[in-house]
Amino acid sequence: MNENARPVFSCNGVHVRIGEKEVVKGVDLAVLPGEVHAIMGPNGSGKSTLANSLMGHPAYALTGTVELGGEDVTALPPDEKARRGMFLAFQYPVAVPGVTVASFLRAAVSAVRGADVPVREFRKELLARMEDLEMDPGFAGRYLNDGFSGGEKKRVEILQLLMLKPRFALLDETDSGLDIDALKVVAKGINAAASNDTGMLLVTHYQRLLNYVHPHVVHVFMDGRIVRSGGPELALELEERGYDWLEPAAVGGV
Amino acid sequence: MASTPTVADIGSDYNRRYGFHDPEEYFMRTPKGLSHEVVEAISLLKKEPEWMRVFRHKALDIFLAKPMPTWGDTERLSSIDFDDITYYVRATEKQEKSWEDVPENVKRTFDRLGIPEAERKFLAGVSAQYESEVVYHSVKEELTKQGVIFLDMDSGLREHEEIVRRYFGTVIPSADNKFAALNSAVWSGGSFIYVPKNTEVAIPLQAYFRINAERMGQFERTLIIADEGAKVHYIEGCTAPVYSSSSLHSAVVELIAMKGARIRYTTIQNWSNNIFNLVTKRAVANEDAVVEWVDGNIGSGLTMKYPAVILKGERAHGEVLSIAFAGPGQHQDAGAKMIHLAPHTTSKITSKSISKGTGRSSYRGLVKIRNGAHGCKTSVQCDALLIGDAARTDTYPTMEIDEDQVSVEHEARVSKIGDEQLFYLRSRGLKDDQARLMIVNGFIEPFVKELPMEYAVELNRLIELEMEGSVG
Repeated sequence: MNENARPVFSCNGVHVRIGEKEVVKGVDLAVLPGEVHAIMGPNGSGKSTLANSLMGHPAYALTGTVELGGEDVTALPPDEKARRGMFLAFQYPVAVPGVTVASFLRAAVSAVRGADVPVREFRKELLARMEDLEMDPGFAGRYLNDGFSGGEKKRVEILQLLMLKPRFALLDETDSGLDIDALKVVAKGINAAASNDTGMLLVTHYQRLLNYVHPHVVHVFMDGRIVRSGGPELALELEERGYDWLEPAAVGGV
Repeated sequence: MASTPTVADIGSDYNRRYGFHDPEEYFMRTPKGLSHEVVEAISLLKKEPEWMRVFRHKALDIFLAKPMPTWGDTERLSSIDFDDITYYVRATEKQEKSWEDVPENVKRTFDRLGIPEAERKFLAGVSAQYESEVVYHSVKEELTKQGVIFLDMDSGLREHEEIVRRYFGTVIPSADNKFAALNSAVWSGGSFIYVPKNTEVAIPLQAYFRINAERMGQFERTLIIADEGAKVHYIEGCTAPVYSSSSLHSAVVELIAMKGARIRYTTIQNWSNNIFNLVTKRAVANEDAVVEWVDGNIGSGLTMKYPAVILKGERAHGEVLSIAFAGPGQHQDAGAKMIHLAPHTTSKITSKSISKGTGRSSYRGLVKIRNGAHGCKTSVQCDALLIGDAARTDTYPTMEIDEDQVSVEHEARVSKIGDEQLFYLRSRGLKDDQARLMIVNGFIEPFVKELPMEYAVELNRLIELEMEGSVG
């Protein structure tokens, strides 16, 4: 990580509404290449809404600005954001019956790289990344997320992260519902992406992923706002003390 | 790991590829409209035996006496003007044996449909129907050696009158329905296949059909007989040029699977919007026989088609696997019928439909289990996918079960391309139309994987064309 590097991702004054209700109430972030930020907060604080709306989910109305590599991408549709190097690992990945993991990924990789990847080359790369994630090669032929266990879905999200090599990735509760072995594998994938200079924002409820992925910056997110930012030690403090001591009232509003 | 072709470069030449039509050069056509004179002319021109001439005239009487169906899309059906249709057109005077002998304009049509390529790839017997007469028909020597008969129906009647006379119209009598009666009166072309006992036809036999003359009906007649222990796979595929006024396609297909025989009949049809596609398809499966209908319906203004299997012998198995794609303004009224007459017979119906824009698809099915047919099993699954708010789907399943010792399963599902599914795929860089196409292709995958490779490719292309401009 270069201290003089420019942020690969930043957002300023982001507010998000779902219908009439304001869920995200002013968020500013700046993530450098290869930097890992964790956003931690209690359930219902709006973390997932933030992640989904930054990617461009049509159900959320976002105001403020979102920049990718210094370019304003606020108004771009999700596919355009993806082609410019943005990624979202879903908390609940959607099943697409009849479409294999391999054919889906080949289409996605081709779309993001802007050119068809030769089958042989693609296959080699896919199998290597699957091996990194301790996945059975037969997985490539299964229908995307169709009948997958929670852990399998999360692994496939990380597989996509490694294949698409985004500049910036949002990971929405990627650690939830994983046993310890799966958690380690997922962490390995996240660390590999970070070492590839992907900037990342991990949205998480628990500290346990952070035993394996060491964030550079930790943000505490409550009631639609970042109420405190700090180093990795902040995550440990949350683990010990919970979130109550950081209620907006307790910290004087921020 | 098939590549996903881009939407832009495929289908941009739809009109050139499928909308072209050659200048109509016909040696003989009957005047418009239907009468005993027309029927007589057809029979005379074909130099048919007396019994077939009589069969045609009787069928015409039945057709004239029968009212139009009072179910299905009666509004569209009532718009058929039987007096405005040419019932018989012949493209060339004689049948051609080799590719070199086929007339240039016919060749051009076939070239654009990829028929020589199909032949190269399959090295199978190709029987292609151009207008009402089969003009190109090659049967591999191997088939002849095996004693397999693969002819157009007219030649079948001439060369194997005994077999034809014995089975013709036995599975679907002329009086079965109005359109079966019409076909029986004016039929022309189609395929005749006989596979001898314990003979396996290793390569799929295929025929291309094509309607090329405006307002011309096409009434092909197909009869396939698989003798005891025989196996055969027959494939038909259709594309039709785009025309402004209506054309009627009304085929009759009869399959007979003797004891322990196996027949698979695969169809992919891509009719232009003005075509009425009203087809009667029925099979008889004797003891331990297996009959499978694999039926893909794309296009047409109105399709009414319900492939049926009569499970006549013990342990016979019948299967229908179908997809229907109803684009804007189209109505696919398709389904299946399984008639269990004998004990321990089994059947499976899988129906998948896609309705897009103002398209409408209906599943209409019948499963009947006769009293005494104990130990039967049947399962019916209908999946409908809707694209857009105006799309419509209906399910009309009928079950007539007169026996207690049976297992019956029925499942129906309707889904829409959901916002979450689209958002997921788009967050991976796929454009909206690409994402929709991927979801649709996934939906029909269970059908596509049953097709030979080149048909699978063709079907995927057709679906891609149909999906164009579906955004929003």
